[in-house]
Amino acid sequence: MALVEVRDVHKKFGRVEVLKGVSLDVAEGEIVTIIGRSGSGKSTLLRCINALETIEGGEIRVEGRSVHTRMKDLRLFRQRVGIVFQAFNLFPHLKVERNITLAPLLTGRTTKAAARALAEEVLARVGLSDKIDAWPDQLSGGQQQRVAIARCLAMRPHLMLFDEVTSALDPELVGEVLKVMEEMARQGMTMILVTHEMGFARNVANRIVFMHQGRVWEEGPPSKLFTAPETPELASFIANTK
Amino acid sequence: MNFLPLWRYFDHFAEGVVVTLELTIVAAIAGLVIGVAGAVALRGRVKPLALLVRAYIEIFRNTPSLIQIFLIFFVLPTFGLKLPAFEAAAVALSLYFGAYSVEIVRAGLDSVPKSQIEAGHCLGLTGWQVFRHVVLPPALRNAYPAVTSQFVLLLLGTSLASQVAAGELFHVAGFVESRTYRSFEVYAVICALYFAMAMGFKLLFTAFGLLAFRWPRRR
Repeated sequence: MALVEVRDVHKKFGRVEVLKGVSLDVAEGEIVTIIGRSGSGKSTLLRCINALETIEGGEIRVEGRSVHTRMKDLRLFRQRVGIVFQAFNLFPHLKVERNITLAPLLTGRTTKAAARALAEEVLARVGLSDKIDAWPDQLSGGQQQRVAIARCLAMRPHLMLFDEVTSALDPELVGEVLKVMEEMARQGMTMILVTHEMGFARNVANRIVFMHQGRVWEEGPPSKLFTAPETPELASFIANTK
Repeated sequence: MNFLPLWRYFDHFAEGVVVTLELTIVAAIAGLVIGVAGAVALRGRVKPLALLVRAYIEIFRNTPSLIQIFLIFFVLPTFGLKLPAFEAAAVALSLYFGAYSVEIVRAGLDSVPKSQIEAGHCLGLTGWQVFRHVVLPPALRNAYPAVTSQFVLLLLGTSLASQVAAGELFHVAGFVESRTYRSFEVYAVICALYFAMAMGFKLLFTAFGLLAFRWPRRR
């Protein structure tokens, strides 16, 4: 059974249909990269998987349970799914340690005594052990994004979603974030990414999903999709991103 | 000009200052509670409640506070609710300060980006946890300067309570003046006292703000 099953999902914003029947399976341990032009619905799809958006039709199941029809334990579900945003969304009034430990403490996943050690552990994984007592706004964009990833890791997620996490970064800061994500991939984390980093998509992902006009237009392993695209839309997209 | 005759009334002035401070602090605390609750209601999904809060705000911000005090002190008794002068003034000033606080707190809450709330929910927090830990601290910081200046207006506004003989500083001044006929001296003294209280609070608020809001300002 796939960890994430997306079945014929339809999503509208007002009268604009953004997702027109999207289906997608993601197996445990798989790294799936969603690419496509802006407006193709890729970020919306990602947000639907975490129930940040409602859907008008179809079904999304994560770990076998329907995401949009069981609002009661939505919180428990979200505790197992990490999402990282383009704009980091760290809490500016909390130091790095507290940003990381807030949710584990409030949801009873860690104790006051163990919280600092938890923060130290996940910060070490993103290479920011020395920033535990910093304020978010004292960090560079790349560092803030790595803290945001560490904040998710502290919840021990089964699935990580990345929504264009390097798009707001200065070019020289992109690499440090991608390195952290590559490391997570190596450790077997299931990941779904929306990204414009074609190098990352090519080298790290198991599967590429090309979205176009609210549909999954083409999908397959990166070796195939990047070298022999079947549709003219993907071919022109790849040509334009080179 | 002779301030010496006022010395005998030192205790009266002191009492007036105490009552003024009591009135201010009671109204400020009650008003802030109204402010947070009202702001939440205003942003909430229960439309009739939001409308009620809106009506309350408009009424209390667009009528003289003196009349509000009079209504509560002189008119409510005809409906069977008789409050002593201090209590009546405290209720009126709380409602007055509350009406301004609602708008100030609401603006503070609105200043917290939606993406922050989203991030809180994505970590699996409850609505209350998101409000308490993610929204409220930055909202209070943004509302703080406006709340403190409104607080000073409240402090000065307590002088209106003298009109129902609530025993605060301005009322004391009238009493002392009627005994000494030293109008200029009496009002110079209470003017200085109001000024000292206002400045004292300002210093206190600045110090408290520095302690409570230590995270760096967004550039």
